[in-house]
Amino acid sequence: MDKSLIRNFCIVAHIDHGKSTLADRIIEKTGLLTAREMQEQVLDNMDLERERGITIKSQAVRTVYKANDGKEYIFNLIDTPGHVDFNYEVSRSLAACDGAILVVDAAQGVEAQTLANVYLALDHNLDVFPVINKIDLPSAEPQRVKDEIEDVIGIEAQDAPLISAKDGIGIDEVLEAVVNRIPAPSGDENAPLSALIFDSLYDSYKGVIVFVRVMNGTVKKGTRIRMMATGASEEVVEVGYFGAGRFIPCDELSAGMVGYITASIKTLSETEVGDTVTDADNPCSEPLPGYKKVQPVVYCGVYPADSAKYEDLKEALEKLQLNDASLFYEPETSLALGFGFRCGFLGLLHLDIIQERLEREYDLDLVTTAPSVVYKVYKTDGTVIDLTNPSNLPDPSEIEYMEEPIVNAEIMVTKDFVGSIMELCQQRRGRYISMEYIEAGRALIKYELPLNEIIYDFFDALKSRSRGYASFDYDLKGYEKSSLVKLDILINKEQVDALSFIVHSDSAYERGRRMCEKLKDEIPRHLFEIPIQACVGGRVIARETVKAMRKDVLAKCYGGDITRKKKLLEKQKEGKKRMRQVGSVEIPQSAFMSVLKLDDDN
Amino acid sequence: MSGKGFELYIHIPFCVRKCLYCDFLSFPADDAVKEKYVEALCEEILCAGEERHGASLSSVFIGGGTPSILPGKAIRRIMECVKEAFDVEEDAEITIECNPGTVCEENLRIYAECGINRISLGLQSADDIELKRLGRIHTFDDFVKSYEMAVSAGISNINVDLMSDIPGQTLSSWENTLRKVCSLEPAPAHISAYSLIVEEGTPFWDMQEEGKLDIPEEDTDREMYHMTSRILSEYGYARYEISNYAQPGYECRHNVGYWTGIPYYGAGLDAASYYDHARYVNTDDMDSYLRDPAACHFLTERLCTDDLMSEFMILGLRMTKGVSFAEFQSRFGISLKEKYGHQAEGFIKDGLLEEKGDFLRLTDRGLDLANVVMRSFI
Repeated sequence: MDKSLIRNFCIVAHIDHGKSTLADRIIEKTGLLTAREMQEQVLDNMDLERERGITIKSQAVRTVYKANDGKEYIFNLIDTPGHVDFNYEVSRSLAACDGAILVVDAAQGVEAQTLANVYLALDHNLDVFPVINKIDLPSAEPQRVKDEIEDVIGIEAQDAPLISAKDGIGIDEVLEAVVNRIPAPSGDENAPLSALIFDSLYDSYKGVIVFVRVMNGTVKKGTRIRMMATGASEEVVEVGYFGAGRFIPCDELSAGMVGYITASIKTLSETEVGDTVTDADNPCSEPLPGYKKVQPVVYCGVYPADSAKYEDLKEALEKLQLNDASLFYEPETSLALGFGFRCGFLGLLHLDIIQERLEREYDLDLVTTAPSVVYKVYKTDGTVIDLTNPSNLPDPSEIEYMEEPIVNAEIMVTKDFVGSIMELCQQRRGRYISMEYIEAGRALIKYELPLNEIIYDFFDALKSRSRGYASFDYDLKGYEKSSLVKLDILINKEQVDALSFIVHSDSAYERGRRMCEKLKDEIPRHLFEIPIQACVGGRVIARETVKAMRKDVLAKCYGGDITRKKKLLEKQKEGKKRMRQVGSVEIPQSAFMSVLKLDDDN
Repeated sequence: MSGKGFELYIHIPFCVRKCLYCDFLSFPADDAVKEKYVEALCEEILCAGEERHGASLSSVFIGGGTPSILPGKAIRRIMECVKEAFDVEEDAEITIECNPGTVCEENLRIYAECGINRISLGLQSADDIELKRLGRIHTFDDFVKSYEMAVSAGISNINVDLMSDIPGQTLSSWENTLRKVCSLEPAPAHISAYSLIVEEGTPFWDMQEEGKLDIPEEDTDREMYHMTSRILSEYGYARYEISNYAQPGYECRHNVGYWTGIPYYGAGLDAASYYDHARYVNTDDMDSYLRDPAACHFLTERLCTDDLMSEFMILGLRMTKGVSFAEFQSRFGISLKEKYGHQAEGFIKDGLLEEKGDFLRLTDRGLDLANVVMRSFI
């Protein structure tokens, strides 16, 4: 394979700036698929991705482009997720590329994720060239955006192709730019094998399918490969490349090529993203740089709404993990919710996606507890615990101090909203770092924020306070000592473990009060009065009461009503069955969820 | 099982205008449709009579809608068919539902002539503003005129329908309604007093969804309910079912039949039937019904013994007398305590049920929370 005819590249963009649409056009124009075969977005092949308009798993596609110079080039287009939760996956995908197309919306200009992703690409020494998308929009200002790219990012943008991916305008220009501006891969096919894993997925027929970029050497059927970080070793069954939406086997993958390997590997945990695949019999001297083990950032309890469905949930999590090694889970028991799992996620979006997939693809009704970050608890006996479940917090007398994770946050916002965004960050215990005007109308605000302040509803608050104009990106900075307390909820004098959470001592009262108010609305009236109390360290800090039920009766029931009234009673009875019994109180599933949505803006 | 009695319900799905809370099948219609409907109804009744081998009827109830919207001669024709098809018992209770403003002397005379001996008048409220809010077409004065006409026509066994929990209603306006009705001369034999139920598919439901329905709070609703039985008892009425009150001996036999498992045939559009341990319902599509009324009768559920026991409880407990242990034993060959003892004991402890002689019945608090009890018997 002539390496000079290969182009490995990705597209980076802020969310909604048109990355997937451009990818579709490139695939279409390079002729692998006819327009009729195109689904709306070929790269996003999960329903969920299409509905949310985001790309969850990075994927790759190989197409053939006949350039103006008359030669046929192999394009390996590697799709990257656009969300901060998946930053590590993004970085590995970038490492598999030699260049990147930067898509910037002609109306919106540079956004927080544009910056984050471009810097990430530049960090990986990728050649980046910009394209200005959505020039068909009436509000498009291509010249302003070009200037902005040059000013803010510092890359040449005056000859950036002006395109509309949606309408197919300017795509030829982009394709030529890929040929001319993205370098061909380097590497030596005769050197020992080193291939970067940038993704993997589980297929029930083939086992784990490993997505690799071969940096040096050659891999083919029969090669005995070894994963350098996990140590897993297998014989290659098949290699191939990515046709749009399908796997096309080939003889070998050599330096510079992007493709897949199958080797009857059973679990994804053996093929971690970022790991290096080498030849077990002729290994490379050291692994490719940049591998790290992905750690979950957010944890929550996930329980089946119907406790009889525990095994189904377990099976579903097992299956999901086959395709998503970053999903962590272990069994846990809650007095209120019964048997379930403590699950770890890369972030809130990841949590949402997994929850939705469990409900949609596996038809499960779930109850999830409030998401929690990982706290470090330094005990008086000198040991340290990583606390992922608030219920496991040791007795205060055993705690020396606690630390919570802090992130570096970058928020980009038009100047009108700077005030309200800064106010929000202050409220969320943010520490102001800096603010600069990146151009006349817009500012880049930097804050250090506790992660636990942004995992609930920070995105929503940000959006509503900036009328959708703010964009946001963060990365984990480290841990800091903090004054944290556990807030417990007592319903009818009984503590409900699933409702406990860790909160900064300054916000305990406020949170406790809101929790009680919310629960009061969620818990139906019973035959008796139900006190709802929020407690910190055994002291009640807020209280509400659910009054005793006074009326539950069908006023009328005559000959024509009997069937209908019976059905109504049956339905009510079913509804009761789905409630959780805590002591003598029945708590609807929704109560556990609703307390997650304590709107901090009001 | 119980072989005594058979009831006939006849549905007249026509109204001058539909009330805002009404979820019964009814609608305005022109005279031609009404005429065809009466013919179809007669055909169905004759056919049902044949199938039931001219069973003897302990009661007939012509309900709606507004049956009194039909010409007197139509009611006469229907009653003639009923008598032709079935053996109407000598002392059968024969009721027609009437709405104030659709009643006239001539029709009342016809009703009496063809054996109708009970009238149920839909009043709902003695307050004209409340009537308007409900979408009723009449005033309190209209009602009084209709009431007096019925009495003059010789039908003095009269029920009056009343409604509490009406939007904008207060405790004092409800008391006023109750007292005005009880003070009629002669006083009605029977009063049905319901709390408004906002049913899906009604304009009230939509208004409630939009937050535009100002119905009294739950606590006020219960105060009204408790006030009802207190005031009515002053005038000699006893509550015998969750929403029904009667002077001694004037309990509605037809409705008691529903709650005690007496089989019934329902004729007309969307009417429900229960016989041979099965429930049936007629089509609610007028065109199909008019085309072939006898072919519009569909089985909805067959009741197994467990269903029958469950219905025995949830229907029987609606009556303040409660359910009889002996009756349960004789119907099902198993004691009530063996079947439902566990649930019953729990509710007795909670103060929702009580045992009184041979009967298990709801307490006063149990009447407010009847569903809590009934759900456990499902």
